Amino acid sequence: MNDLPILDVQGVSKYFGGLQANEDVSFHVNKGEIVSIIGPNGAGKSTLFSCVTGFHRLDKGRVLFKGQDISNWKPHSIGKLGVVRTFQIAQVISDMTVLENVMTGAFLRHTNVPDVRRKAEKVLTFTGLFEKRESNATALSISDKKRLEVSMALAMEPELLMLDESMAGLTVVELREMIELIRKVRESGITVVVVEHVMEAVMELSDRVVVLNSGRKIVEGPPKEVVANPEVIRAYLGERYNAVRQ
Amino acid sequence: MQGISSKQMALGGVALALLIIFPLLVDSSFGQHVMILTFMFAMCGVAWNVMGGYAAMFSFGQVAFFGIGAYASSFLLLTFNISPWIGLVAGGLISALLAAGIGYPCSNLRGHYFAIATIAFAEIIRIVFNNWKLMGAAEGITIPMLKESLANFMFHSSKLPYYYIMLAFLLVSIAVCYWVSTSKMGYYFRAIKESHEIAKVLGVDVVRYRLYAIMISAFLTSMAGTFYAQYILYIDPESVMIMPISVQIVLVAMLGGANTVLGPVIGAAVLIPLSEYSRAWLGYKGTGVDMIVYGTLITIIAMYQPEGVWGSITNLMRRRK
Amino acid sequence: MEQLAQQLVNGILIGLVYSLLAIGLTLIWGVMNVLNFAHGEFLMIGMFISYWLYSLAGIDPLLSIPLNAVALFLFGMFIYRFVISKVMKGPALAQLVVTFGISIFLANFAALIWTPNFRSIEHTLLSGTWDISGVKLSIPKFVTSIGSVLTSLGVFWFLRNTRIGKAILAVEMDREAAVIMGINTERINSLSFGIGSALVGVAGALLATNYYIYPFVGGSFSLVCFCIVALGGFGSIEGAFIAGILVGVVQTLGGYIFDPAYKLAIVFAMYLITVWIRPQGLRGL
Repeated sequence: MNDLPILDVQGVSKYFGGLQANEDVSFHVNKGEIVSIIGPNGAGKSTLFSCVTGFHRLDKGRVLFKGQDISNWKPHSIGKLGVVRTFQIAQVISDMTVLENVMTGAFLRHTNVPDVRRKAEKVLTFTGLFEKRESNATALSISDKKRLEVSMALAMEPELLMLDESMAGLTVVELREMIELIRKVRESGITVVVVEHVMEAVMELSDRVVVLNSGRKIVEGPPKEVVANPEVIRAYLGERYNAVRQ
Repeated sequence: MQGISSKQMALGGVALALLIIFPLLVDSSFGQHVMILTFMFAMCGVAWNVMGGYAAMFSFGQVAFFGIGAYASSFLLLTFNISPWIGLVAGGLISALLAAGIGYPCSNLRGHYFAIATIAFAEIIRIVFNNWKLMGAAEGITIPMLKESLANFMFHSSKLPYYYIMLAFLLVSIAVCYWVSTSKMGYYFRAIKESHEIAKVLGVDVVRYRLYAIMISAFLTSMAGTFYAQYILYIDPESVMIMPISVQIVLVAMLGGANTVLGPVIGAAVLIPLSEYSRAWLGYKGTGVDMIVYGTLITIIAMYQPEGVWGSITNLMRRRK
Repeated sequence: MEQLAQQLVNGILIGLVYSLLAIGLTLIWGVMNVLNFAHGEFLMIGMFISYWLYSLAGIDPLLSIPLNAVALFLFGMFIYRFVISKVMKGPALAQLVVTFGISIFLANFAALIWTPNFRSIEHTLLSGTWDISGVKLSIPKFVTSIGSVLTSLGVFWFLRNTRIGKAILAVEMDREAAVIMGINTERINSLSFGIGSALVGVAGALLATNYYIYPFVGGSFSLVCFCIVALGGFGSIEGAFIAGILVGVVQTLGGYIFDPAYKLAIVFAMYLITVWIRPQGLRGL
């Protein structure tokens, strides 16, 4: 059994010109966990994702995946290794159908087109988009687009899935469905890290929560503890955030 | 997916049959010549499509590969007596390597920046060849007369062999394009077209796949160049390395329908006869009336049918359903 | 050493005119994302207007500048209104093809009505050279570049200090925001195209004294112009100005140091190297 955390972020710092987006952020994720990263707007959550997945160069620190140093690796190599991320605004390929989008992801692990198609169909069944597989990707609703993005990621057979605000803009019902989907993903053996604003999802899903504020990690722990932490409350003071959009 | 449906296959089969018997029925030398040029530009258009239509790498410098193909095989034949068929492959490989060489530093260029880089590249090639004594500089190269045979890739008594060879080349390029479009490469190209970011997230090595696109495109275009040299038997920078050829290739692909396998074929079928016949009928005084007509027509087509002829046809077919 | 200085000066002079050409093109690009492939042909028209005014009415090219500007301004707006605007909503490729078509049409139409012959303007108001410690400054060329600089400065001033100019800048920066602010972007498009063309018209008058005038002269100017615009960063007027001078210098010095036949090749190579290191050109420097 693995003692090593599947993801180990050590002292990651990232500057943009004069702005310090991440400062000395350290935390780890164990295999099979669901960890949420929360914090007020501008806390550096998405930047952290980009640093971990190779979209930004680290100015300081390291990122280890299953003990292997992947700091500053190229994004496609990190993807091949088993770490896949999504984006705040769901990125899908617009001149393809839903199925073709997922197939593109599946091509990472298979080369034979029939195999790839079969794999894509399996994934779509898992995420509940099978019925819509022939629709053009741009014709989907926001919630379905997010599910498509997750499907594309799952087709790549990741060990670690990093979701960037997958709950934003969802209705109550859609939120429930997304929470269920993420649970299913974890149950299938994939470790999940989410950046989230929607506290209901955070409370329900997370084994642990990491809180960022102004680029630094301020608290880490089980959800109930973190939410009651006075420092966290202070960080959010004055911040109005929507837990759920009706 | 912009592959070929079974209805299209059937139509294609009929068209192919017609094309095969065409020169046997129509004896006009000029007519055969126009068809040969049409096939040639169709092939270049299909080749362009692999990088421009699928991966959104808009090249306006394809003539560089065309010219290099022509010069490579001709030089090898002239100087070392190497068979043009070997020259064909050699030219293709040289073009592909050169394409990779220019493509690599341009890996992060998209849209207009990339287009202008391709223009700059092609112009450099033209200027170099225009001054390169070994390659004949501005005088160019005259392909040595050999005995008429397939092995020599040379025919004197009739255009028919050239016609069928070029048609075969075209079919090869269509097959390659089709294969690319339905394979992993095709999917990855289209991811790259959407955005480099999303391609990277999906695990695509963007740099590598862009190089694949440009190399395949260059190789095919270079083949067309070698053919041209063996057909016309004289090449110089002003005939095989000038920008209007690059433009013609883009027009053929775009007006036919970029992003589809057969679009460039249709585009060539419309544009090449148009420019050749209008030059024959209207251009005799050197007044360029044929080009005026040409320029007007492509402007109008782009204004009112931006999806290209192929796009309009498929739209029409879709509406009928 | 003297020769080097001479070439440098020549390079700057020609570069300043390139700048004017490039500013016109980059303005159009910045505002509406259209790369006008017919830019060189607009220049050709400008040159011919000056030529005909000179040979038929004896008007010196320098004096024809305002006429050129107005004529090309109107022409540009006309082309925009009746052709370009129709493809604004379509794919980018269609826009490119349209401007290609226009360039082919204009060059060949000019060849039809004016014959493809080369023309030149022999006697101008100003002539002669100044000798500044061994470096010869051709007076006509010098005045040409001064004219270019003044026009460029005029454009800068116009964009920053007039209502319309600021509206153009606004659209260039953020089209959607400009629409929300109530700016009539269609009108701005057409004005920008007109102004960009007017600048080319001025350049045409300025270049008419130094170059052979013929219907196909636009071609090579277009290509160099694209490189300049890309080097300066698409849409950046300051960038186009600086890049224009840079290209003029590189072209002249390169031709002098290496081989005049390779002048343009050196320019294009410089473009490729620059863009390789810094994809966005000089923008932001």
